[in-house]
Amino acid sequence: MRKFFLALVAAALGSLALAQSGRLEIFSWWAGDEGPALEALINLYKQRHPNVTVENATVTGGAGVNARAVLKTRMLGGDPPDSFQIHAGQALISTWVVADRMEDLTPLFTQEGWMNRFPRGLLDMISYRGRIYSVPVNIHRSNVMWFVPSRLREWGVQPPRTWAEFLTVCRTLQGRGLEAPLALGENWTQQHLWESVALGVLGAADYANLWNGRLRFNDPKVIEVWNTFGRVLDCANRDAAGLSWQHAVDRVLEGRAAFNIMGDWAAGYMTTTKRLRPGEGFGWAPSPGTAGVFMMLSDSFGLPKGVKNRANAVNWLRLLGSREGQDTFNPLKGSIPARTDGDPARYNAYLQSAMRDWRTNRIVGSLVHGAVAPEAFQSQFGTVLEIFLSARNAQAAGNAAQAIATQVRLGQ
Amino acid sequence: MRWLKNRDTLYGFLVILPSLVLLGIFVYVFIFQTFYTSLTDWGRDPAQALALDPQLRFIGLDNYRELFTGFVDVRFRQTLVNAFFFTIFFILGSLLVGLGLAMVLDRSPRGEGFFRTIFLFPMSLSFIVTGTIWRWMLQPEGGVNRLPTLVGLPEGEFAWLTSREQIWQVSWNDLPFITALVVGAILIFIAIAAFRGSENRRAWIATGSAALLLLWAFTLGRNLQPLPYDEMHGFNLAFIGIILAAIWQMSGYTMALYLAGLRGIPEELREAARVDGASDWQLYRRVILPLLAPITLSAMIILGHISLKIFDLIFAMAGADNAPTDVPALLMFITTFRANQFAEGAAIGTILLLLVAIVIVPYLYSQLKSEVRR
Repeated sequence: MRKFFLALVAAALGSLALAQSGRLEIFSWWAGDEGPALEALINLYKQRHPNVTVENATVTGGAGVNARAVLKTRMLGGDPPDSFQIHAGQALISTWVVADRMEDLTPLFTQEGWMNRFPRGLLDMISYRGRIYSVPVNIHRSNVMWFVPSRLREWGVQPPRTWAEFLTVCRTLQGRGLEAPLALGENWTQQHLWESVALGVLGAADYANLWNGRLRFNDPKVIEVWNTFGRVLDCANRDAAGLSWQHAVDRVLEGRAAFNIMGDWAAGYMTTTKRLRPGEGFGWAPSPGTAGVFMMLSDSFGLPKGVKNRANAVNWLRLLGSREGQDTFNPLKGSIPARTDGDPARYNAYLQSAMRDWRTNRIVGSLVHGAVAPEAFQSQFGTVLEIFLSARNAQAAGNAAQAIATQVRLGQ
Repeated sequence: MRWLKNRDTLYGFLVILPSLVLLGIFVYVFIFQTFYTSLTDWGRDPAQALALDPQLRFIGLDNYRELFTGFVDVRFRQTLVNAFFFTIFFILGSLLVGLGLAMVLDRSPRGEGFFRTIFLFPMSLSFIVTGTIWRWMLQPEGGVNRLPTLVGLPEGEFAWLTSREQIWQVSWNDLPFITALVVGAILIFIAIAAFRGSENRRAWIATGSAALLLLWAFTLGRNLQPLPYDEMHGFNLAFIGIILAAIWQMSGYTMALYLAGLRGIPEELREAARVDGASDWQLYRRVILPLLAPITLSAMIILGHISLKIFDLIFAMAGADNAPTDVPALLMFITTFRANQFAEGAAIGTILLLLVAIVIVPYLYSQLKSEVRR
């Protein structure tokens, strides 16, 4: 018993002596391929703060589908992790910020001099009523079209620049016996395709207007998006719903399809897993009609109110926003830094081109990956897609999307 | 307080008190809380959805009205139809396969113990394992679709888990009418059976209710239109694969039940029937199957509540987002934890509870009654 008390006193004194000791719990869904990237960041943190025990709480599941459910039960139960991963934008704001569960990080941004280090468009996206609520770690691009350059030369076609061109190319290839020129995967990859079609058909300004409520989903312009989407789907493989996004990329690499539209984690898959050289083994272009526009999604970390180890969590955020932190994490994750001053030498050819575009292009946010629409809309968008696919009725899909937008108060 | 005087009763009560309290809190209070949540607007206002202390407004049965008649909740209605067809085919399939296997094993073939173990084995797996194995086999380009190539036939093309084809489509607006017809038919059947058994009171009650119901169906029921337009729902062919996997898993269990039942039928009964000149078919039809009826009922109840609540099997086989294979339990999860519509999710949960109760409560009632009689 005496030993126990001695240990307790020692522990208490110890924690007084070292201000930066204790624990830090990081909650994320980076478990599989992204595990090493997160590990590198944690190691960097441990170098700087050797007395802090880092608990790496991960919940597997692509795009955090399971992690976000677990996070909600923890937050509702009053047990917030010290810092959690969340898609930058509405996924954070309309779920956690409006519910008053997050701390304002604007002081951290000014104190660290980050206001000029992140692009304006991105800062707008992570702000609510002028205050900033999360630190973006990486940037992925959603509107990228992937292909194999040598195969396109063989078929004698160019990467299409508009959706009209795409449909022509599609018919040409189908005429040459390529049944499904576009490779497509399961449900969410179809929504992913939809956002690229919407951006290409509407243009950046009207696309942005969809999310601030100025353009309604049953507007003829948006109905036209669904019509185009339907024609694009006719170019795709019919067994799509059973394939993962990797399967869809494989079809392009095997020559069973010419194009695939997927976020640029596909580049990471092709370079790391398939050992292909960017530019030779695979090529890329902005998805049709979206040249000059960068549809982004980003993983960010925020600071929930009422956490147990606030000081450690703030240090964690400080590391995430730093140039060194971002340049440590992103080459391993296969994404580009959210800061505009990353060191290009540490990135491969694809990522370098994405970094150039990130600095110069107009920035819009992704729907499927939580940047522009609240979770309530995003997750019910699957139902809208279902309504469209069951009858190929563009007007019904537009009406359903507008009904959901009204119900979840999109853009208000 | 007389019963307290008996010390045994007192001790008995004290011993079960902790579990009574725990059960009361963790089952019944939570059921009540879920039901109450389903009557609020929790989730409609994003600012309140995940607040530390959400302010909820009481909105009555509005969530239920939305689910059954709302324009965007078409997916929920389809999940109800899916659950219905899944339950029917899953129960029928498991019972038939289980009975068949039991009848074969009942003839005590060589290696009976071996086969019994083999057939019972799938039941020891969790639905997640079953789902994962069958997902591999039912991939569009793998397993089952490749089977025909072994005998030189062209490869199968059916999209097992993702097909969008629907058969037996019915408009949602016709459902009240059709339900009334079906229930009416059942009541008439009960009435006829009761007349034959000369249980006159029961027969008249059944006839009366059937007449009332059918009268309602043909007059007012025809005009009851939940939706202003026709919305077609039917049996999704993508469910065939799920039904196969579920039957594969559970038919061993029904086999075990039936086998126990068959072994419980005294040999004298069979011999007596044979002496009377009954053929094999007549033996089964007139003697054995009627004796197995209670087992069929228990099996139906157990399978029925599994199939209505099914979540893990489909989650593993097709994922939560694959709409053609959606069921209410999956939709409840998506609605609650992805779309943050907590009240609507609670409403789906309450409807599920009611559906299961329809299956379970009459069974419990009859069980309890027969136990008291004993």
